[in-house]
Amino acid sequence: MSKVLMKGNEAIGAAAIAAGCKYFFGYPITPQSELPEYMSARLPKIGGVYLQAESEVAAINMVYGAAGTGKRVMTSSSSPGIALKQEGISYIAGAELPCVIVNMVRGGPGLGSIQPAQSDYNQATRGGGDGDYKLLVYAPGNIQEMVDLVQLAFDKADYYRNPVMILGDGMMGQMMEPVEFKEMPKMDLPAKDWATTGTQEKRKPNVINSLYLAAEELEQHNIHLQTKYQEMIDKEIMFEEYNMEGAELVIVAYGTTARISKAAVDLLQAQGIHVGLIRPITVWPFPYQAIKDLPESAKNILCVEMSMGQMIDDVRIGNEGQRPIHFVGRSGGMIPTPQLVIDKVKEILNGGK
Amino acid sequence: MAVVFQKTKGLTDVETHYCPGCTHGIIHRLVGEVMEELGILGKSIGVAPVGCSVLAYNYFNCDMSEAAHGRAPAVATGIKRILPDNVVFTYQGDGDLASIGTAEIVHAAHRSENITTIFVNNAIYGMTGGQMAPTTLIGQRTTTSPYGRDAATTGMPIKMSEMLAQVPGATFVERVAVNSPANVRKAKRAIKKAFEIQLEGKGFAIVEVLSTCPTNWGMNPVKALRWLEDNLMVYYPLGNFRDYQEVENA
Ligand SMILES: Cc1ncc(C[n+]2csc(CCOP(=O)(O)OP(=O)(O)O)c2C)c(N)n1
Ligand code: SF4
Ligand SMILES: [Mg+2]
Repeated sequence: MSKVLMKGNEAIGAAAIAAGCKYFFGYPITPQSELPEYMSARLPKIGGVYLQAESEVAAINMVYGAAGTGKRVMTSSSSPGIALKQEGISYIAGAELPCVIVNMVRGGPGLGSIQPAQSDYNQATRGGGDGDYKLLVYAPGNIQEMVDLVQLAFDKADYYRNPVMILGDGMMGQMMEPVEFKEMPKMDLPAKDWATTGTQEKRKPNVINSLYLAAEELEQHNIHLQTKYQEMIDKEIMFEEYNMEGAELVIVAYGTTARISKAAVDLLQAQGIHVGLIRPITVWPFPYQAIKDLPESAKNILCVEMSMGQMIDDVRIGNEGQRPIHFVGRSGGMIPTPQLVIDKVKEILNGGK
Repeated sequence: MAVVFQKTKGLTDVETHYCPGCTHGIIHRLVGEVMEELGILGKSIGVAPVGCSVLAYNYFNCDMSEAAHGRAPAVATGIKRILPDNVVFTYQGDGDLASIGTAEIVHAAHRSENITTIFVNNAIYGMTGGQMAPTTLIGQRTTTSPYGRDAATTGMPIKMSEMLAQVPGATFVERVAVNSPANVRKAKRAIKKAFEIQLEGKGFAIVEVLSTCPTNWGMNPVKALRWLEDNLMVYYPLGNFRDYQEVENA
């Protein structure tokens, strides 16, 4: 298929529809509104449902009900809206329902700003809802990858019966790039015999539920959930390595800051300074092993984030104290330039001068 | 021998956990009977609340979804929008519907979601041990209004049926009680109508059922029924507050 020029937010919508998602529940918030707008135009035309909920709280609970019917369903928001959705996300994870949640992150805390940020890393990977649950979180680095990951996200959500998050940012949502909608390989997925679609008086009632009044049962449920999360850790970790062999310093960055860092890596290389890049594509599960196994040549690690430093905690876990970890970032909706990264790299290599 | 009474197929054989004399049980039976009589058990999907009826998902003999506190109308919306030919209902208490879930119920009515809501008003938070609800009567003692509810600091008890009747999207709003055999029969008629409206695709229907909580009211079941008649039914008058079908036909 040929390439089309699309805005990130709209490309997500098109990818979701291509993945068989016909149901969307959302609430307007910048910088992701083009996605619900796109869905409101497309879905009614293909026998689907677009519904603008009264709040993000309602939207995610509509997703809970809709996902319970076994159909592919999506919701999207940006930071403060995702914060409101945390209650429902925890219930969806607890009840083991598949769905895809998009977060086009903006500056926080509070009402924050409407410019791009990465300060929801903790909200995405640690969760803001109650209990021991995890989301599979994809952090695409460009719009093509975002499109590919949206399709993958629906399959993984169905496979694991777990919510999957696409973690973008305002920049990724608003910029335009040529994308191709590829035919994805069909995954072998289990039948959704748990769905609430009516018994037809032919089977026992199905129940969608996250309540286990007996502590022993809830513990067993949590152990079962943990088994799924372990399987995700074993099978789903994705990351990209760039210019790593012989690198004297390694940058760790995801999404938009990884793009900026890649430009910095190339510019530094042209100056004869060899810097590598590790770009986590899944931020949960996080590629700890890749951080642990950096080449001998790398003496320093630099985290680049559009936040005050959140992913850096995962880099610390992976590093296991082997190398000094440095940080450079902008926050509040400010975007780091390649020059900022270059200057920081040089400062580190010059021993902090 | 002629059978004069038997268990409805609308309820499972699971023994309920309700306190002796609690009228949640009667309301369950009415909903179960209505679903059986309308022949919709096989296509019904119920949404249970958080409250004493949280375990309703074990009692209704149809597919069930357990919602977060107050969110049942949103969950029901999600189900019904995808499965418009199924029957979707919520069963909610007054803390659930009239406090934490006010936005969800108002907007389900506002969109005229084609669902049925059974709203069990016992003027108290039963499940959590008898705290004050927005529906608690003035002067009523609860564990969080130990001196009796005071309008000056907590407002007047909220009248959900009267309020929802003002929402343009609401099709059917009726308040009933289950305090006497005659009222139980009326309650069943209202519940049946609320399901029939959904089957006809006419939109949002809610039946508010005045119910007892002997345990947290601190009364025996008989006294609780009398208290309901003498107090709840006075502040919350029974009757129909909106019947769009009748308005339409008038
Ligand atoms: C978000 C959240 N807040 C609070 C609770 C605790 N809680 C459980 S049931 C309940 C009140 C239920 O009262 P009502 O809806 O009137 O039902 P009843 O038990 O009286 O039938 C509350 C506050 C909860 N489960 N979830
Ligand atoms: S606490 Fe009250 S509402 Fe709950 S089961 Fe007991 S009597 Fe019924
Ligand atoms: Mg109550």
